[in-house]
Amino acid sequence: MTAALVLAAVLAVACVLAVALPFLREPEPDSDSLDDLDEGERRRLELLEARDRALAALKELEFDHRTGTISDEDYRSQLGPLRREAAGTLQAIEQDGSRREPVSSGEGRPERGRT
Amino acid sequence: MPELGRAALVVTLGLSVYALVAGAAAARLGRRRLAYSAQNALVAAFFSTLVAAGVLLAALLRNDFSFTYVARTTSEALPTAYTISAFWGGQEGSLLLWLLMLTGFGAVAVRLNRSWARSLVVWVVPVFAAVGVFFSFLLVAVASPFATQAAPPDGAGMTPSLQNPYMLAHPPLLYVGYVGLTVPFAFAIGALLSGQLDERWLVATRRFTLFAWTALGIGQLLGAHWAYVEVGWGGYYAWDPVENAALMPWLAATAFLHSVMIQERRGMLRIWNVLLVILAFSLSLFGTFLTRSGVVNSIHSFTQSSIGPWFLAFIAVVVAFSLAVVFWRLPLLRSPTKLESPISREAAFLYNNLLLLALCLTILWGVVYPLLSEAVRGEAVVLGRSYYDFFLRIFGLPLLLLMGIGPLIAWRRASLRSLATTFRWPTAFALATGVVLLVLGAGSSVPGLVAYTFSAFVAATIVLEFARGTRARKALGAASWPRAFSSLVARNRRRYGGYVVHAAIVLLAIGIAGSSAFDSVAEAKLARGESMEVGDYTLVYRSLDEQQVANATEVRATLGVTRGDRDLGTLEAGKNAYTIEQQVSNEVGIRSDRLTGEDLFVITEQIDPDGTIYFRVFVKPLVNLIWVAGLVFLLGSVITLWPDAREQRRLVSRASEVGVPATR
Repeated sequence: MTAALVLAAVLAVACVLAVALPFLREPEPDSDSLDDLDEGERRRLELLEARDRALAALKELEFDHRTGTISDEDYRSQLGPLRREAAGTLQAIEQDGSRREPVSSGEGRPERGRT
Repeated sequence: MPELGRAALVVTLGLSVYALVAGAAAARLGRRRLAYSAQNALVAAFFSTLVAAGVLLAALLRNDFSFTYVARTTSEALPTAYTISAFWGGQEGSLLLWLLMLTGFGAVAVRLNRSWARSLVVWVVPVFAAVGVFFSFLLVAVASPFATQAAPPDGAGMTPSLQNPYMLAHPPLLYVGYVGLTVPFAFAIGALLSGQLDERWLVATRRFTLFAWTALGIGQLLGAHWAYVEVGWGGYYAWDPVENAALMPWLAATAFLHSVMIQERRGMLRIWNVLLVILAFSLSLFGTFLTRSGVVNSIHSFTQSSIGPWFLAFIAVVVAFSLAVVFWRLPLLRSPTKLESPISREAAFLYNNLLLLALCLTILWGVVYPLLSEAVRGEAVVLGRSYYDFFLRIFGLPLLLLMGIGPLIAWRRASLRSLATTFRWPTAFALATGVVLLVLGAGSSVPGLVAYTFSAFVAATIVLEFARGTRARKALGAASWPRAFSSLVARNRRRYGGYVVHAAIVLLAIGIAGSSAFDSVAEAKLARGESMEVGDYTLVYRSLDEQQVANATEVRATLGVTRGDRDLGTLEAGKNAYTIEQQVSNEVGIRSDRLTGEDLFVITEQIDPDGTIYFRVFVKPLVNLIWVAGLVFLLGSVITLWPDAREQRRLVSRASEVGVPATR
């Protein structure tokens, strides 16, 4: 009984420490605010998703045509719209990029200040 | 140490409440340290639940009958493996397993995604925590596995039918499936609450959903095999409410796994997808409710218990809250693109979804109808096998056909002329198969014949896809045919893994059609030396033996089996009388033909004191393809689940382009 209670107390203390850890590590941070994606970043993310969708669709169309899964007729009717869609998203990303501060590729924003 | 177990569960409840409240506050107010703290609470909840699980497992292994749960579910004579399986064999233990898996899934999902999808994860934590609060509250206040009593000299033992190796894997796998569906639910609700309805929640949950879906599928097949070899009624699926309880979320998740591809490819069906995720999770809760509340009579469910109303209330809250959030976010969920043609791949996927959902809801109606009729008219009206079989044919056969059509149609729109070209070989193969089978006598069952013909069609499309793809890879420069094949699969694991899963469903359909539409059955009361015939087989009842084992008395009849002039050896079937449990189980005899996949299945219905036995014997053609389908299904799932380096790089690149840390 006593051993069980001691172990339970140890467990409870360990859990409290784990929960309090972020506050113990940074008692007085420069910033404690969540740094969510802003509207511009979300818009850019959606554009990038649309670009990847269009490029993946083009790639699959090419492969399916090569294998014979997609007929010449279907291939021709889809290639144009898909290319236009991909080009449109690339253009939109470019325009979006020129309106925003450039973000260097491969580097995240500073870890501090974000969750 | 029941006190330690109880305390650990109280700690889990406290941590879950904290993760819920602090996580919600952090997400709403934008507090970073509080959000981290809530995430840590969720991870810590897993470890405290692990301590509680360790205490229960130790009590089971020590046969500590001062634990009421241990005394109720085990006995001294129970083999160790089944003593371990008692962890999930009773209500309280299985709820503890639910909580352990839930907190485990939560901790892993948060840890894996907190870097690259951090702004989303902040909203996901309170959703996980809310589910955790419910289950930990049940375990602390309503159904504690740590209730104690004056220890009796021995336990009540385990239901004989549960003393089977399949019980070591079947229930935990179903639980992995049920609980795993919490992950897509938590991320979907988190995305809705935060308004971040981009693709991240789909990417973050894809593998969890596939993993849960695979576990649920394999768990059901193991359950079917357990029913086949252990329950001893001659079948593998009885449309039992608790069996249906596992099938329904699997069907909903199957629909989601297909429709999510349309969202990823075309940005469509966003509302539909979140609704499917909510449905799959709600059905997994409903499945747990059916199994644990004792509201239905089933060999799987436990006696009436006090947790039923709690579960119903929680399911109602989950459904109402989720639908309210979806309604609130409708403007963000509307898709910019529309269906361009009813003859396109996305349309085929949509038809597939509608059929899956119709089948799922039909089964749901079959499960709840007896409950509703009892509540309204005071008499439970059970919808029998014919109800389910009818709708399985109505919805299942077109689904089977669509499985072959969908992958070969173009996205957006396909011309009728192209379809004629694309499908000429699969159609010719299917029709030829149908005609040959008709000539061979398969016309005795029209649904069976249709199932075989459609299966041939789908099989032909799958083979064609692999053959064409491999040829194209070879033409693109692969060094050899095996290289071309492996490169084909490696470059698009989801697509070709999906085809392997489709092949498993074809095997399943052939196995089910063969064993149910074309089976034979014979019954006879035989004395020693007498014989009976079923199909091409002749069985001679030779002897009856009895032996005592640790926890039961085993009685076995030996039958000689011949087929035409060929001696196929002997087969044993009988009964086990379990000493502690005071129950008798059927121990069926099965002889499998590895070449044809056929089973000879013998049940000793009644053994008279003079040694006369009433036998029931089935011949089940192709039934073993069902179990082979399980292995193929697992292979396809593993291929699909295997990490894809190209996709990973694409996601990392996309994340870095918006300034999110480029790690996952």
